[in-house]
Amino acid sequence: MLSFALRRLLSAVPTLFVLVTLTFFLMRAAPGGPFDGERTLPPQVEAALTREYHLDAPLWRQYLDYLGNLAHGDLGPSFQYEGYRVTELIGDALPVSLALGSAALALSLLLGGVIGAVAALRQGRWIDPLLTHITLIGVSIPNYVIAPLLVLLFAVTLGWLPAGGWHHDRPTDMVLPVIALALPQIAYIARLLRNGLIDALATPYLRTARAKGLPLRLLVLRHAWRPAVLPVISHLGPAAAGLLTGSVVVEQVFGIPGLGRYFVQAALNRDYTLVLGAVLLYGTLIVLFNFVVDLLYGALDPRLRTA
Amino acid sequence: MLVLCPLTAQAGTLLRIGNGPEPESLDPQRMSSVSALNIARDLYEGLTRIGADGEIEPAAAWGWQIADGGRRYTFDLRPNLRWSNGAALTAQDFVAALRRVVDPATGAPYAQLFAPIVNAAAITAGHASPDTLAVWALGPSRLQILLKQPAPYFLGLLAHPASFPIYLPALAQYGRAFARPGRLVSNGAYRLEAWRVESQVALQRNRQYWDDAHTQIDRVQYVAGDDVAAQLQRYRAGELDVTSEVPLVQAPRIRADEGSELHVAAYLGSYFYGINMQRAPLGDHLALRRALAMAIDRELIVDKVMNGLALPAYGWVPPGVSGYQAQLPDWARWPYARRLAEAQRLLADAGYSAAHPLQVEIRYNTHDDHKRIATVIAAMWKQRLGVQATLVNEENKVFFVHRRLGLTQIFRAAWIGDFDDALSFLDVLRAGNGRNDEHWHDTAYDALLQRASSQSDPAARAALLEAAERRALAAQPFIPIYWYVSKHLVKPRVHGWRDNLLDVHYSKDLGVDG
Repeated sequence: MLSFALRRLLSAVPTLFVLVTLTFFLMRAAPGGPFDGERTLPPQVEAALTREYHLDAPLWRQYLDYLGNLAHGDLGPSFQYEGYRVTELIGDALPVSLALGSAALALSLLLGGVIGAVAALRQGRWIDPLLTHITLIGVSIPNYVIAPLLVLLFAVTLGWLPAGGWHHDRPTDMVLPVIALALPQIAYIARLLRNGLIDALATPYLRTARAKGLPLRLLVLRHAWRPAVLPVISHLGPAAAGLLTGSVVVEQVFGIPGLGRYFVQAALNRDYTLVLGAVLLYGTLIVLFNFVVDLLYGALDPRLRTA
Repeated sequence: MLVLCPLTAQAGTLLRIGNGPEPESLDPQRMSSVSALNIARDLYEGLTRIGADGEIEPAAAWGWQIADGGRRYTFDLRPNLRWSNGAALTAQDFVAALRRVVDPATGAPYAQLFAPIVNAAAITAGHASPDTLAVWALGPSRLQILLKQPAPYFLGLLAHPASFPIYLPALAQYGRAFARPGRLVSNGAYRLEAWRVESQVALQRNRQYWDDAHTQIDRVQYVAGDDVAAQLQRYRAGELDVTSEVPLVQAPRIRADEGSELHVAAYLGSYFYGINMQRAPLGDHLALRRALAMAIDRELIVDKVMNGLALPAYGWVPPGVSGYQAQLPDWARWPYARRLAEAQRLLADAGYSAAHPLQVEIRYNTHDDHKRIATVIAAMWKQRLGVQATLVNEENKVFFVHRRLGLTQIFRAAWIGDFDDALSFLDVLRAGNGRNDEHWHDTAYDALLQRASSQSDPAARAALLEAAERRALAAQPFIPIYWYVSKHLVKPRVHGWRDNLLDVHYSKDLGVDG
């Protein structure tokens, strides 16, 4: 098991290397640089900035320097945020995104699981189509609609919760962003679990168990949940990586200093080092969660262990 | 008791300002965004400042003399100026700041702003050492600056954050990262307390500030956020006292619900379409450029697209600039129907018709408002002139590169003046100005600007600048669309807020209730 885990993690290194390499050269291939804008810089000033950030070196040299620094854990200086290192920016934003993302993930699993299970076990009754339609709405409405509506209702109209901001001593700051992040995931998880449970309960071995008189509660808790949660776990790999690295929409609407906006803003501002840092982090999390998903698959389905 | 009273009354007062995008730096010589400049005016103080109504006032300098026909400025600093850590602030600190800003090694976006100072342009171009800048400390409290030519706007430049002093020991110790909490030492009414990137910059009043007795607000929070709609929600929820702007689409409701809190005022900014003069047929056909300019119904755009939060523009220099008469093309005063008829005639005379329509391209950078305006203008040209306009949307950086390389035909552009003078706009069209993406070169225009810059009589200088603008308007290498306005929501609890052309507001001039 340990050697399997080590092999899997080591195989991630070339993946991340390719990811960094592609991102490095794709970003440089995009027209425009960090200093282009409505206001042009005097040529000598631009040249000084180019020198300061070592952009005057040949591209291959910059690439090798970047890899060399990366090996020492240095992601370089940000172009957009003067005087900040990328490691600092990510280090400051990551705990915020992790706190929000993990709370949203927990809420999604809890509510999505309950809704999905209720819908599956009450299949064909009035509550099933009701929950199906509610979750369909949850999947369909994007965050940029849900988030402002939540602010309008709970902050502006009712005044129960803050409209935005992030303070360490104000846990209420988390409530609306977590709900906005979790709502689409609740809907996804509920739908996946419902369908998974219905499919599992329709398998011959579980129908036989049912026919032999095993109560539905025991059938689900002992047997059916294992195959039923497999699609949910597949979805959770990338979904967890997405939730934990933040959402640009939710962060902008609620004024949250998380990681999500770096993915978008850094690319738009040609903040090469910040883009690379964000991509590297996201890539690592994807690899990590996919690995966890594989482990969970193996634990839940013995047929997959030898594979 | 007399001393304690004001302090007791001020205890704990907080002003929360929605400040738009995250400031890129708090180093006054390295910043360029409006959001960073706003914070810098609270953190630092220059020799002069912009008064509440836009006039120049003494700041760190209590007075000055101007000699040699407007070329030699001598400033006297206030006695006992101190940095926020208690260290003495001297004339040499102001000298160092000006040398630093023109030094190309600093990488200052506003290096060229101080080109009127003797040797500044040569230093920025890398031909001279920063030590040769004609700025001298004549003692700890006296400073002299020599200009190449008289520049009546020069006192205004010294109110610009790019000229503000920085605490050199902190720069020496921390390098580029000196402008951070715990390191930044400043000389303004406030000092840096905390900075959470993409969240807020928190300031605390600076007890070492020479005029601290008149500072009313103890703490100021500059809240970052480029989502204007989200900022409005936070304002409505009572979490912000001032917004950086208001969303256009919500303007009617804001007027109805919060009309008394809405501050809309003329602003030193222009939204226009540039025309690439290197590209045919528009580049070599004045009649075509003029026809396109005439056919735009600016009042309709301002009314329906901008929801009244702009002013129709016909000239290049915005109205309200000090000592300057705004210029307009002759046709700007005609009724729209007459303009349209003339535009149709010009196009027909140039050989364009329904069977042979003029085809143009409007290129704009990604933004909903740019898209809406381009769509409306293309429709106006299509319906009223038969011109076929193709709309091309580009990502910001790609757009600016293409503009600079001359790969555009008609392109969206904007210019915000850095100081209250017509030259802040007219210089943009000068041959050799890096921003002249119209690639318009007119020797007579450049000569008028040159003559104006050597003119010490304000009226004669204004006349030359006005003549230059008329020349640019006649050549039409651009199509003015609207003037920006400043548009803030300000809570009734905030007092002392005064609108001005540069949209400059110092927190030390404001007060808050409760």
